Amino acid sequence: MKNKLFRISFQRRKIIAGYLFCLPFLIGFALFFFYSFMQTLIFSFNELQLTPIGYELTFVGWSNYSYALNVHPSFPMDLAAEIGNLAVNVPLILAFSFFTAIILNQKFFGRLLARVIFFLPVILGAGIIFRLEQTDMITQLSLGAAKPGLVFSGTALQNLLLSTRLPEQFLQFIIDAVERIPLIVRASGIQILIFLAGLQSIPSSVYEAADVEGATAWESFWLITFPMLSPLILTAVVYTIIDSFTSADNELVSMIRSTAFTSQGFGVSTAMAVLYFIVIAAVLGLVLQVVSKWVYYQE
Amino acid sequence: MKGKSFVIGVLRAVFIIGVAYIILQPLLTKLSSSFMTISDMFDQTVKWLPRTFTLQHYKDAWGFMNYPIAFRNTFSLTLAVSILQLASCTLVGYGLGRFKFKGGKIIFAMVIFTLIVPPQMLMVPMYLNFRYFDIYGLLPPPGLNLLNSVWPFILISITGVGLRNGLFIYIMRQFFRGMPKDLEDAAYVDGAGLLRTFLTIMLPSAVPGLVIVFLFAFVWQWNDYFYTTLFMGGQGKFLTHALDNIAVKAVEGRTDLLRTHYSSLISNTGMILFILPLLILFALMQRYFIESIERTGIIG
Repeated sequence: MKNKLFRISFQRRKIIAGYLFCLPFLIGFALFFFYSFMQTLIFSFNELQLTPIGYELTFVGWSNYSYALNVHPSFPMDLAAEIGNLAVNVPLILAFSFFTAIILNQKFFGRLLARVIFFLPVILGAGIIFRLEQTDMITQLSLGAAKPGLVFSGTALQNLLLSTRLPEQFLQFIIDAVERIPLIVRASGIQILIFLAGLQSIPSSVYEAADVEGATAWESFWLITFPMLSPLILTAVVYTIIDSFTSADNELVSMIRSTAFTSQGFGVSTAMAVLYFIVIAAVLGLVLQVVSKWVYYQE
Repeated sequence: MKGKSFVIGVLRAVFIIGVAYIILQPLLTKLSSSFMTISDMFDQTVKWLPRTFTLQHYKDAWGFMNYPIAFRNTFSLTLAVSILQLASCTLVGYGLGRFKFKGGKIIFAMVIFTLIVPPQMLMVPMYLNFRYFDIYGLLPPPGLNLLNSVWPFILISITGVGLRNGLFIYIMRQFFRGMPKDLEDAAYVDGAGLLRTFLTIMLPSAVPGLVIVFLFAFVWQWNDYFYTTLFMGGQGKFLTHALDNIAVKAVEGRTDLLRTHYSSLISNTGMILFILPLLILFALMQRYFIESIERTGIIG
């Protein structure tokens, strides 16, 4: 009887503790995030005029939205292009970082150095350096004048591929994929880190047990490594999508930002931001639905 | 069997060296050009090693960036912000990862929600909010002006809604969630309270996650241009602003033909100065990181 009472109160305490641990975020969400988010929604239906003592709103209905979708020269097309780009990049980034993490988890000479180098893009790929490089003379010269931004633009590979007489679309896809390599590598640093930390957390006893049972390396990969890493695959997918949608290098994000300070004004900019947000939420919701189905948790 | 592992070793080496080249090439280009004179830049025979070695660009870039002051401002803000974000995001991640309570799923959905909203979307409300900060009318109008102070950064960091904090909460939640339940139960059976279990059992096992989150928070705050501009104004107090202006400052008052070359050299040198502290931190953390992930591998 006494034991049962203790258990109930312990469960109660656990529930209260759960809320307490989350409290900082709840405050931040209510005070800073949600408040600003609602204001953005309100602004998107208004025309905002800055005055010396604050700002004034004039209700304009849906006109900001219809401007963004129907009148703006490039917004709908840029949005579609962004999604297409994402559909190609996300699988490539995930496959590359997963593969790389497995390699960096093996024992070989110079592993520490290799790890240090592979995580460098986390620092080097960050916003301002990337932005300055786009217009920097030395960077562009060093990459070859023919196709700035691409390391693998050499014609040797293209000639080799064209001589194989495979269908042209297929070759174009290969060439495109190869040209994306530097971008993929640069965008993968964090995903490699996530996967590597996950690999390290799988106890070696599990592999030893599988080995004793006669499992091949292939089997233990698909039956141990893959399911054990699946929560982190979800993390990496979510991260990759969000990173490419919200990074400051993103052309759409900078367009939304610059629209705020041009003649079209802040109303149109917020309307674009809201539309963009809806697209992000839809893509992410879809991916979460699909991927969470086969995520395995140790519970 | 031996031949097979040799082939794998060679393929691995080719892969690693190839990717390492892609990653290091831009960095090495910057580094080598930062020591070059302008005439070396034109000289087709000069490839990586400068013929006339010079430190002049470092002296110039140092001055243009006002490096000591910009470094001090950036470093202190970044350190404070990343420690606060680490603390708040670990707490929330633990709450979401290890406790089952009504609304937990909703709170997690809220975390994801903060993540998928580009910060640029909340730009103007945030600005106005901190310009006339009154905590929903608790303070008399016009409220406090928190702009040009560190308060906006501190407030959004301790409450876990700063730059990409949703991701940090998510990472910590996944880490705590992936831990075996036996670990926690053993502590409870031994009579440890909830807080003590968290501090002495769960937290030390989550060190890889903590290191990752701290490193990310630090790197992103260091590179942050958006929030420092929004809350502090673009007054060149931080390294990002200093680096952004360096090319303009380098050509100020110059009309000669070589001014664009000079500004590119200075800009590349500035980028080296900008990332050098991050590289040092990274080198230090890397060792610790490798050690810590291997240690938990054994405990696991």
